[in-house]
Amino acid sequence: MLGFLIQRLFGAALVMLVMSALVFVGVYAVGNPIDVLLSPDATQDIRAATIARYGLDQPLWRQYATFLGNLLSGDFGRSFVFGMPVLQLILSRLPATLELTLAAVLAATCIGVPLGIYAGYRPASPVAKAVMAVSVIGFSVPTFWIGLILILVFSVELGWLPAGGRGATVSVGGVEWSVLTLNGLSHLVLPALNLSLFKLALMIRLARAGTRETMGTDTIKFARAAGLSEWTILRRHVLKLISIPIVTVFGLEFGSTLAFAVVTETIFSWPGLGKLIIDSITSLDRPVMVAYLVLIALVFVTINLLVDLAYAALDPRLGRGAPA
Amino acid sequence: MTEPVLVVRDLATHFATRAGVAKAVDGVSFALDRGEVLGLVGESCSGKSVTGFSLLGLVDPPGRIVGGSVRLNGRELVGLPPRELRRVRGREIAMVFQDPATTLNPVLRIGEQMRLAVVAHERVSARAARARAADVLRRVGLPEPEARLDAYPHQFSGGMRQRVAIAVALLHGPAVIIADEPTTALDVSVQAGILAEMRSLVAESGTALVWISHDLAVVSALSDRLAVMYAGRIVEEGPTALVLTAPRHPYTAGLLASLPSQAEPGVPLRPIPGQAPSLLRIPEGCAFQPRCPRAVPATCRVAPEPTGGPLRRARCHFPLTLDPAEAA
Amino acid sequence: MTETPWGRFWAEYRESPLAVVALAVVVAIVTLALAAPWIAPQDPYDIANLSLADARRPPGFVGSEGYTHWLGTDAQGRDLLSAILYGLRISIEMGLAAGTFALAIGASLGLLAAYRGGWVAAIVMRVVDLQLSFPAILLALVLSALLGQGKAQLVTALVAAQYAYFARTAFGAASAERRKDYIEAAAATPLSGRRIVFRHLLPNTLPPLVVVATVQVANAIALEATLSFLGLGLPVTEPSLGMLIANGFQYMMSGRTWISVYPGIALIVLIVAINLVGDQVRDQFNPRLKR
Repeated sequence: MLGFLIQRLFGAALVMLVMSALVFVGVYAVGNPIDVLLSPDATQDIRAATIARYGLDQPLWRQYATFLGNLLSGDFGRSFVFGMPVLQLILSRLPATLELTLAAVLAATCIGVPLGIYAGYRPASPVAKAVMAVSVIGFSVPTFWIGLILILVFSVELGWLPAGGRGATVSVGGVEWSVLTLNGLSHLVLPALNLSLFKLALMIRLARAGTRETMGTDTIKFARAAGLSEWTILRRHVLKLISIPIVTVFGLEFGSTLAFAVVTETIFSWPGLGKLIIDSITSLDRPVMVAYLVLIALVFVTINLLVDLAYAALDPRLGRGAPA
Repeated sequence: MTEPVLVVRDLATHFATRAGVAKAVDGVSFALDRGEVLGLVGESCSGKSVTGFSLLGLVDPPGRIVGGSVRLNGRELVGLPPRELRRVRGREIAMVFQDPATTLNPVLRIGEQMRLAVVAHERVSARAARARAADVLRRVGLPEPEARLDAYPHQFSGGMRQRVAIAVALLHGPAVIIADEPTTALDVSVQAGILAEMRSLVAESGTALVWISHDLAVVSALSDRLAVMYAGRIVEEGPTALVLTAPRHPYTAGLLASLPSQAEPGVPLRPIPGQAPSLLRIPEGCAFQPRCPRAVPATCRVAPEPTGGPLRRARCHFPLTLDPAEAA
Repeated sequence: MTETPWGRFWAEYRESPLAVVALAVVVAIVTLALAAPWIAPQDPYDIANLSLADARRPPGFVGSEGYTHWLGTDAQGRDLLSAILYGLRISIEMGLAAGTFALAIGASLGLLAAYRGGWVAAIVMRVVDLQLSFPAILLALVLSALLGQGKAQLVTALVAAQYAYFARTAFGAASAERRKDYIEAAAATPLSGRRIVFRHLLPNTLPPLVVVATVQVANAIALEATLSFLGLGLPVTEPSLGMLIANGFQYMMSGRTWISVYPGIALIVLIVAINLVGDQVRDQFNPRLKR
């Protein structure tokens, strides 16, 4: 188990190194940030001074080495646009995005798994067909369009929920949370729903496929032969059997949900990381872009690692190998 | 004489498939006394497994019990609402499957799986259920049952897993256990142990047993009576010793002749010519007729009805031997 | 007719009414989009045609040109029906271009990895898997931001985000085939590698690739719309559906919903229809679901 862990950690570190290099070269190879930093009529002296200040006169590998060194000491550089340390900027936006993402993934799992199990248990029923129709829509319709429709229906037409912003927040442990106030919660509902629909469709499909496959097995037939009720079979046997792929996807999708938050946050003016990265892209704010991408890569690598570990914990066949 | 625990009459289970209706079970009748062991023998696709599942009302779609009756302790099971049928399963009639590697849930501990089987029928505490499970595991010959309850199925050998499955079937002391080829997937040495265990368990608890197998040798070592299935029907039934020594149906005779243990050394085995019919296209009349050495086409165009007494019957127009009493 | 493979495939396809309708919708939309220059009431790119007096008019409005704007007009006074027809053209063009290039590049990489095996496979598939674990939308987003606006740049970004799906699929199918005895036997004979790849590996990877391609064309269209909606995809001179929707977004709050809604409906119908066709084709290729 320890060897497995060390091997995984080493692999994760290697991936991070490669990713950071790719991101750095990718972002720095294109465009000239000086054009963004300075007004076109700036003097040659100011130009040179600015270039030197941001280290832009150094060769690329030198810049990368400096960047990597700074990175390891927690220094992501300063935002060209906001003029503040990038790390501070990102940390100030992170809670909003985390809150949104968590709400979306939890909603998708708590709603999607039961629906999917039902659809897999009674595949011919009208309810199952309706559930599958929802999942087809959730899968194929782009997130931004669903967001528009949600705003159109619930904000413009019905006037039930606010169309944007984060609403009132409560500070807990120095971090602002929307979930803790009614107003904040009302602001959270639409963006969270918007962000969760794709994952909901995914969870439904996974749970349905797993249930269909499981229901035909001897394990379920044997449980039935022992007189277990269908409810007990679904709740204990089936749920446990399909939980492995679901936990895997839950973890993996958490990362991609962070990425999809870019779209949702833009539509609902949610002041999170996604909106920050879109703003940074349009203003060519390199340090913020690089830091964001490295952070996302880090999140992905960490999640992959955790999923591997959870896998080992959930599936007894992979964990403690020795027979009793 | 006491009432039989299980009476099956004209049971029919059909599968409606795209290619047509497969008559997997088509008019099966037999009765089982308390503590009796019936061996149900047949080739694959003879309908023997479907018969077993039909007895518990566990036929997967597109299969359906289309007729007949299954009376357990005097109560009719065919047509019983699912809720009530569930209360019968596992408590009055239980089943052991062929492959222990697939029947136990790989991601649940043995103890939890057995607890679920206990509380499915009795409202008892987790502690009581655990004690019961350990007790039954000990009875099926599993050493250190208490410790085994916390193990997962993959930590057991095939034979041990099958003992666990048997223990699950025994939890509520059912009147009948259906065993569907429970030793086929196991090593020969393990088979013998399970067979012996099963025989003594049945004898001490008074549970009746239907032992389904394609292996005549295995079944004859265990059963009091034999029923031979062919193409969805029981073609011959009788006390094991009689069926083995004086088969009436040509099919039974053919099966016996193809057994290695019956053959003279150096003489090639004599398999039955031809192949078992597809259940979708069972021949008209006597289903065995195309392979039968004794068939007379004109007569065999009509399906033979069972002849003989309640203890010894065969479905054949030209049975091989007749008991002197009946011939008279 | 029914005895040819295509005939059999079509006979099975016809059994699903939903899939037949979806296919009809796809064909109809593609035909309409192709015929846009001839059937659209207006050329939305010709600024001389536009009149601000006609801007933001609701559906059914009769404009200064004297004809009815059945779906209303947008902020520049463009006839929305015409804009949608031309927008569909661009969306389909982008989707097909991205899908085709991604298929060619991805399938080649996957086949190469499966055929060569060893370290080639290790490196190629490692990169592909790494990329697959990373959300496609983020990659497309960053790339299109870095490359700038334009059709070629957008297709590049989409291909970079999508080729990995094809590579993974081709590799999976081809290496399963590669392990079969007859290929091992063929590899031992002096048959050329090209023959093995093109006569044996490629045909066996085609069915799953077709399925992935169908879905990925729909995904490319959705991705392009998303990027354009965020203002990162195509330039203003190439108004795809995503941009039409984005342009209408700001007017939605004031109740002028049609500017966003109609282009959106066109987009959704197209994407859902392609996906339904893809679902059916996948089910037909999947032997596990067959009785």
